[in-house]
Amino acid sequence: MRTLFELFVCFFKIGCFTFGGGFAMVALIQEQVSRKKWIGEREFLDMLILAQSAPGPIALNIAVFVGYKVRGLRGALASLLGVVIPSFVIILVIAILFADFRHNPYVDAAFKGMRPAVVALILIPLVSLVRQMNRWVYPVIVGVALSIWKLEWSPMWMLGAAAAGGIFHMWYTSKKLGK
Amino acid sequence: MLFLQLFFSYLKIGFFGFGGGYAMLSLIQNEVVVQHTWMTNAEFADIVAVSQITPGPIAINSATYVGYTVGVQAGGTLMGILGSLVATFAVSLPSLTLMLLITRFFLKLHNNRYVEGAMMGLRPVVIGMIASAALLLISPRGSDPDEINFIDSWSWFLFGGVFIGALCKINVILLILLSALAGILIYC
Repeated sequence: MRTLFELFVCFFKIGCFTFGGGFAMVALIQEQVSRKKWIGEREFLDMLILAQSAPGPIALNIAVFVGYKVRGLRGALASLLGVVIPSFVIILVIAILFADFRHNPYVDAAFKGMRPAVVALILIPLVSLVRQMNRWVYPVIVGVALSIWKLEWSPMWMLGAAAAGGIFHMWYTSKKLGK
Repeated sequence: MLFLQLFFSYLKIGFFGFGGGYAMLSLIQNEVVVQHTWMTNAEFADIVAVSQITPGPIAINSATYVGYTVGVQAGGTLMGILGSLVATFAVSLPSLTLMLLITRFFLKLHNNRYVEGAMMGLRPVVIGMIASAALLLISPRGSDPDEINFIDSWSWFLFGGVFIGALCKINVILLILLSALAGILIYC
């Protein structure tokens, strides 16, 4: 029961403070989840891959993964509720009471300050993730980043090709070893 | 009937929304504006703007907001709340079920050679995707002023400050709150 509550609170915090969607929350998740030692450093990256490959919002997928790993189905439900409830309540309150929320000058100014902060927070987990990689894959990382950014290639195809390439590599090396 | 349509629309959005966040927006727009004409393009743009400045996944934010708006049109605040519950539940359902299956499969098979092979190929690509997300926020493709995150040298100052702060293990939530406070002090 205590772990369930801890999962809920941890993802509630994540749900309250993730602005800018998707990857902006990764730094916060890394901080919260690794403090509790729920997920190891290597596993963290694999979790991002799975959350990214499955349909649906990345934050929800991460919540399900961590919750399930720590406490099974109930854990997954506790984390999922934790991450969904803050945005649900906040949006509902805004929709009912403050239709004009967006044009409030204080809100606007606060967001001008938070937007560059969010970009910095996306870069933070990259530092530790890149350190885990072999030097020879650095060009792949840079190539993927530039081709999505400048050439507007869909990451879908790259994910598919990378998975197929990795499987082929394993099959090929094991066949050579077998001979 | 309306709630059933809302449920299936958002179930579809949850099921086919790959790539998270902004990749899902065009799918949501297609369902809400084009297929069901629950709202106009301008209203949808407003919802996106509100989702951007409130915490949480944009798919959840938009589901709650659209569900509420559609319900209210049908019959008042209570119907609105019911609509927002239906849409939010529907959009979360595919994540819950599919991700549970994927997680179970992965925790059982992560020592399998081929699963490890696929992960080995995917790791650098996903790191590259995260880097591209940051690059797109620094220099967006469109010219929409709402998409520009770096408006002056204060922006770069805050960016650098938060980056160094997070590297020094200062609490991330504290950094977000401080940057919001700095924004109010600078721009108000």
